[in-house]
Amino acid sequence: MNPVIDVRHLVKHFPLTGGLLGRKIQLLKAVDGVSLAVARGETLGLVGESGSGKSTVGNCILRLIEPDRGDILLAGQSILTLTGQELRRARRRMQMVFQDPQSSLDPRMTVKKIVGYPLEVHGLAASSAEIADRVAHLLQEVGLSSDHLDRYPHEFSGGQRQRIGIARALITEPDFIIFDEPTSALDVSVQAQILNLIKDLQRRHGYAYLFISHDLTVVRHISHRIAVMYLGTLVESATRKELFDHPAHPYTLALLASAPKPNPLLRQELAVLQGDPPSPVQVPPGCRFHPRCPHAMEICRDTEPEQHNISPTGAASPHLVCCHLYREGHRR
Amino acid sequence: MAIATLRHHPRFRELGLTVKILGRNPLAVAGGIIITAMILLATFAPLLAPFDPIGISLSDRLKPPSGNHFFGTDEMGRDIFSRVLYGARISMVIGLMVVGIAGGLGTLIGATAGFIGGRIDNFIMRLMDVMLSFPSLVLAMALAAAMGPSLTSAVFAVTVVMIPKFARLVRGEALAVREMPYIAAARVSGAKNGWIILHHVIPNCISTVIVLGTLTLGDTILVAASLSFIGLGAQPPTPEWGAMISVGRKFLMDQWWYATFPGLFILVTVIGFNVLGDALRDVLDPRIRR
Amino acid sequence: MSEILLQIQDLSVEFSGYRGIAKVLDRVSLSLRAGEIFGVVGETGCGKSVMAKSVLRLIPEPPGRITSGRILLRGEDILQADNRRLRTIRGNLVSMIFQEPMSSLNPVFTVGNQMREVLQLHRPLDRHAAETTCIDLLRRVQLPDAASILAKYPHELSGGMRQRVMIAMALSCDPDLLIADEPTTALDVTVQGQVLAILTRLTKEQGVTVLFITHDMGVVAQTCNRVAVMYAGHVVEVAEVTSLFAAPRHPYTKGLMACIPTIDEDRETLASIAGTVPELIAPPPGCRFIARCPHAKAVCNERPGLFSVGPDHFVACHLYRSDRRQEEST
Repeated sequence: MNPVIDVRHLVKHFPLTGGLLGRKIQLLKAVDGVSLAVARGETLGLVGESGSGKSTVGNCILRLIEPDRGDILLAGQSILTLTGQELRRARRRMQMVFQDPQSSLDPRMTVKKIVGYPLEVHGLAASSAEIADRVAHLLQEVGLSSDHLDRYPHEFSGGQRQRIGIARALITEPDFIIFDEPTSALDVSVQAQILNLIKDLQRRHGYAYLFISHDLTVVRHISHRIAVMYLGTLVESATRKELFDHPAHPYTLALLASAPKPNPLLRQELAVLQGDPPSPVQVPPGCRFHPRCPHAMEICRDTEPEQHNISPTGAASPHLVCCHLYREGHRR
Repeated sequence: MAIATLRHHPRFRELGLTVKILGRNPLAVAGGIIITAMILLATFAPLLAPFDPIGISLSDRLKPPSGNHFFGTDEMGRDIFSRVLYGARISMVIGLMVVGIAGGLGTLIGATAGFIGGRIDNFIMRLMDVMLSFPSLVLAMALAAAMGPSLTSAVFAVTVVMIPKFARLVRGEALAVREMPYIAAARVSGAKNGWIILHHVIPNCISTVIVLGTLTLGDTILVAASLSFIGLGAQPPTPEWGAMISVGRKFLMDQWWYATFPGLFILVTVIGFNVLGDALRDVLDPRIRR
Repeated sequence: MSEILLQIQDLSVEFSGYRGIAKVLDRVSLSLRAGEIFGVVGETGCGKSVMAKSVLRLIPEPPGRITSGRILLRGEDILQADNRRLRTIRGNLVSMIFQEPMSSLNPVFTVGNQMREVLQLHRPLDRHAAETTCIDLLRRVQLPDAASILAKYPHELSGGMRQRVMIAMALSCDPDLLIADEPTTALDVTVQGQVLAILTRLTKEQGVTVLFITHDMGVVAQTCNRVAVMYAGHVVEVAEVTSLFAAPRHPYTKGLMACIPTIDEDRETLASIAGTVPELIAPPPGCRFIARCPHAKAVCNERPGLFSVGPDHFVACHLYRSDRRQEEST
């Protein structure tokens, strides 16, 4: 099946300026060669800690940030060369739900305007009555009521606000939606409602999702495939079942082991990794994870690991790992 | 369209809340009463004034305050009470015009500069900095003098002087608004810059503009009166407060009432606007609001 | 049973705002035994953080106001302490760490500067001795390059390092009680693991009692001995951590546990709790969970007491009112 969105070797470096004359003194390597693809009806979970570049990937795909290199194909067509009117038309087909439902809704706009203005901007509705009608319909679909049309964002709870944010993303009938940590600002009981809603919408409409999160448990619940990012690169990607049944990269293993499990009878050793993730300004040479890796070898210090497919022969979807531990063609 | 939006009921609800919160602040109530009183006096001046403000009556020259002439009379025998009431009209109109025009233009300039950023921002803001580097009264004097002394040139001069204040404030707000996720959301939805400035940036700066506008109204009235005082603004016999003080100054030693009453009105009006502006700042600050 | 260190009795706190007075805490009672890590768990707005801050009287007044209750630290009521006594309590007996360590460190002074200042405020140390103590403290929170960290400014440290510095500072004066208000919420999961490990080890070594505020059930399960579940300003359940996770009793606790997506299993849809948290300006008179509770009855309009449902396990719910016979049926 052709992917809805196909990202190839995406690179984004931010120059850090300093000194009196604003010289470029360092490069912050936010994203350093990331490739991923999402098919219709599929959710790709993108997991990583702060500074891993996962949000930058999302922002680049929507061209909120211009990537330095690489290509982004929407239904087979490159969107990096689009400008003006064409870009705006392409954006109708890609949408985003933001992390903080408080600041991603303009406090001075009513719900009707927030959800309905993409229609206005794109000239997709004939009249303001039609806009109101479609907004009301969408509000019901995301679990709000049409009585909410004339309210302001501050009159809603966090979970309701995120529903408004989701409605806004749906109104242009996109093919592809990016969720950038949509539940990390919400309480667990509300988080569950929102995750269920997101899943349910996909089942009904077949959207392709890129679900960005720092939380493996949330990603596990929502994704079909999962990609793990560390310092600007993908270290492992596989189907959900494969990744959780046979995690391969030492970083993925550490992420899984350090998530505190709600079971007091099973006291974990929580300090799985030592040290902090290095800053993306000072990316370690060789394997980026080697300073913290419990399995680091000589080769990891100077040679960047290649991608190895370790899925059992005949598996439909590859299990890719960037780690020297798997360089001798180890397959499960 | 604008009126339809204004009547739109959710906004009315917000306005209701603002008024309700203001009502609990004693300073705001005091400021509000002063300003309302001034506006009423200005509006109904023709009904309230017992005499013609420019009617000369040489037999009543320089009379002290009495039951007939509440604030006394001037050297032409004109009733100062009536002149002060008509003066309120002039001052209010000047204030509202200046703040309306300067506030509108300044907001547009500041929002554009702050939102677009880069060279355009640099160019506009350096221009504003140059204007701000002169004391406002000095700059207004220069402009008014260049255009020739008249009420119109005074209004124009004060307007030009006030624009950078609004522009700079709004630019700062726009810089903050620009980084909000809802702006990214608008971009993702395909909105153009102009649309975003008009629908997101400016509405989110409006409350600070209202606060600054209220505070500036007091300032404006003061600067306009000062221009008239030094002869660059309203010309006698126009009953303008500044112009009245200017003439009354000569009689200050013996006829205290001549300059005192217009002066008191300026004082009270300016204090009223400042107090109201301060209270509005507290109320409209969304961090305090909820 | 070990000695009671901290007792919170009938604590009520109100916050006044433009829309009215919110009863953020309503007659909350808890007691902490010496040497335990006591978790307080609940969602946004349940009052857990306000309670923690009340213990050190850090509630901003106004708009906040403590309207009733006592907070007894070894029998001494902190709410009655004068300013001088309060300062002694704050530094020497009780200390606190916060969610965002950046905001509790002064950005214009070096870490060493601030650590020394705290030390010298409470102990008669000269500059050199203070410096040595600081280095020792930083080593104990596993910051190996201690000397260089002392010379750094807070913004030069990572979030995990800053939180470790805060722990070192908090424990520097050997407090009896450490209040940790969501200390790992802002941290990445791998770093959170390190900080939790340090925190539990240090408190054990020093015999410090910890009041641990968090919203994360996983963190509670991994670090705490006993736990209180809060909802909308009430304590709804208090239990040994094993007992709570094995058999949560309060309908809210049950609902909360069902919502957590776990890392070990796949579930098609997550359970969730219908409805929303009540407005604290006009809360329901009895049980505050009444509107969302599947078992709500008329009696729930009265506030339930804390009923014992097992050893060291108490629930504020009318379902458990009669006696322990009901335990079997649930």
